[in-house]
Amino acid sequence: MSTTMKPAAPTVATRPRRVGPAGLALRQGRLEITQFLRSRESVVFTMGFPIIMILIFASIFGGTIGGGVRFTQYFITGMIASGLMTVSFQNLGIWIPIERDRGVLKRYRGTPMPKWVWFAGKVIMVVAIGVVETALLLAVAVALFDLKLPGTAAKWFTFGWVAVLGVTACTLCGIAISSLARTARSGSAVVTPVALVLQFISGVFFVFTDLPAWMQQVAALFPLKWMCQGLRAVFLPESFGAQEPAGSFELGRVALVLALWCVIGLVLCLTTFRWTTKRDG
Amino acid sequence: MDDELAISVRGLRKAYGDNVAVAGLDLAVHRGEVFALLGPNGAGKTTTVEILEGYRQRDAGEVLVLGSDPAHPDADWRSRVGIVLQGTGEFDELTVAEVVRHFSAFYPDADDPDKVVERVGLAGKAKARTHTLSGGQRRRLDVALGIIGRPELLFLDEPTTGFDPEARREFWELVRDLSAAGTTIVLTTHYLDEAEALADRVGVIAGGRLVEVAPPNRLGNRQEALATVSWRTPDGALESAESATPTALVAELAARFGGEVPGLTVTRPTLEDVYLRMIGHR
Repeated sequence: MSTTMKPAAPTVATRPRRVGPAGLALRQGRLEITQFLRSRESVVFTMGFPIIMILIFASIFGGTIGGGVRFTQYFITGMIASGLMTVSFQNLGIWIPIERDRGVLKRYRGTPMPKWVWFAGKVIMVVAIGVVETALLLAVAVALFDLKLPGTAAKWFTFGWVAVLGVTACTLCGIAISSLARTARSGSAVVTPVALVLQFISGVFFVFTDLPAWMQQVAALFPLKWMCQGLRAVFLPESFGAQEPAGSFELGRVALVLALWCVIGLVLCLTTFRWTTKRDG
Repeated sequence: MDDELAISVRGLRKAYGDNVAVAGLDLAVHRGEVFALLGPNGAGKTTTVEILEGYRQRDAGEVLVLGSDPAHPDADWRSRVGIVLQGTGEFDELTVAEVVRHFSAFYPDADDPDKVVERVGLAGKAKARTHTLSGGQRRRLDVALGIIGRPELLFLDEPTTGFDPEARREFWELVRDLSAAGTTIVLTTHYLDEAEALADRVGVIAGGRLVEVAPPNRLGNRQEALATVSWRTPDGALESAESATPTALVAELAARFGGEVPGLTVTRPTLEDVYLRMIGHR
């Protein structure tokens, strides 16, 4: 830690920061991760919940769903997608209103920190926790439920871009939806039902093609359905594509819809983001 | 722009819908002075200060803070202005030292975090998570974050709320230190003794306007007000008289009682009396 002692006399000229912008972003990311890891509820809810769900579902539903695929494997790919949505969309949509209400954002705005550094800190946290959580889920799935890791570079590549696009869309939407909550407590009330309903209709808890047609159409408007479908292309056998609604994994459309949600999320963020609460003006 | 002014405000107006919070306020704060803003809740104090801090946009008026318009704050201006917000425990899971060190990186000429933690009296709590701090200790952390960047101008919003008397005295010493080092300080407070102890000048805001500005001992012509002399008569009844020449009256009483005057007090209006009269009470 630097303990630079300079003369107290203030000068008016622009002075360089001791830490560069990239360094600030990394520090901000580290701070966010530290806060997350030290908050037990966040860790249990975000990291533990998907694993518990996998253990429960795998114990209840043991059957196969066609194409030589067991429901457990189908469900696990859905939980990996849900996990990515939890660390980004739910995590930010619940925590940002709390921080806004407590004045954290206002305090940062009162410092010379560039605005984007704060967002970068959130993104670094989401990515770091998303990677760890996905690795944990994969480890459990491979060890206990015979999930096969992708065997080809192409599949790893698909895994990569589906995860990146999905997390980007969910992060932007999480930041955007955080402005809907009027108080610290309402963040959870706004975000949790949205996330839960999406999980039910997007092919996480149930096989997507078993759902009523109208429900499938509604789900197809949102990112989670496409994240699940993209990950099934990675983790389930090629032949299972025939079981999908369109008769294939439709990777092109997965990319298109997720990219579209990135744009929608970004526009919403730019137009609606608030640094202070309503009562703060 | 007068370089001697840290803050200059002319005709500041701000309304929220039909509710006019600030109605044509003028204010000048000199470099290096400690200026206290007093005023009841809802008088426009917070709105004014938040406009000066760059948090709020004004409807009309000219405002210069350190020579720049705070409506468009840039990083350089931000690094010269320190703000002590009324925190509510934002960094629960971090330690005092971690939070102060983190904020120090935002400033080009930051003070040594350990030194600042010690200066606000939290050295013994440096490794404590902030959620374990008492209300007063949390305020000290707010102050630490306000001064870590070595600001030229420091805003203190009700800084000693929740302090015990000893902590308040220590805090006053800190403010005097900062002031002695040349920092301009704008303080809002509900404690009139605090304004009296710290401020070079006091401004009273009522109804969205600055109704008077004066050194604390001159506010409302306090020093020229009549003194009240009271004493007890031999049968124990309380008697009092207002006098422009209390010393003469006391001498006369001493002669009348042949020595000690029972229950003698001589008082002038306190800052509180004057203040309450100004904002329309009494």
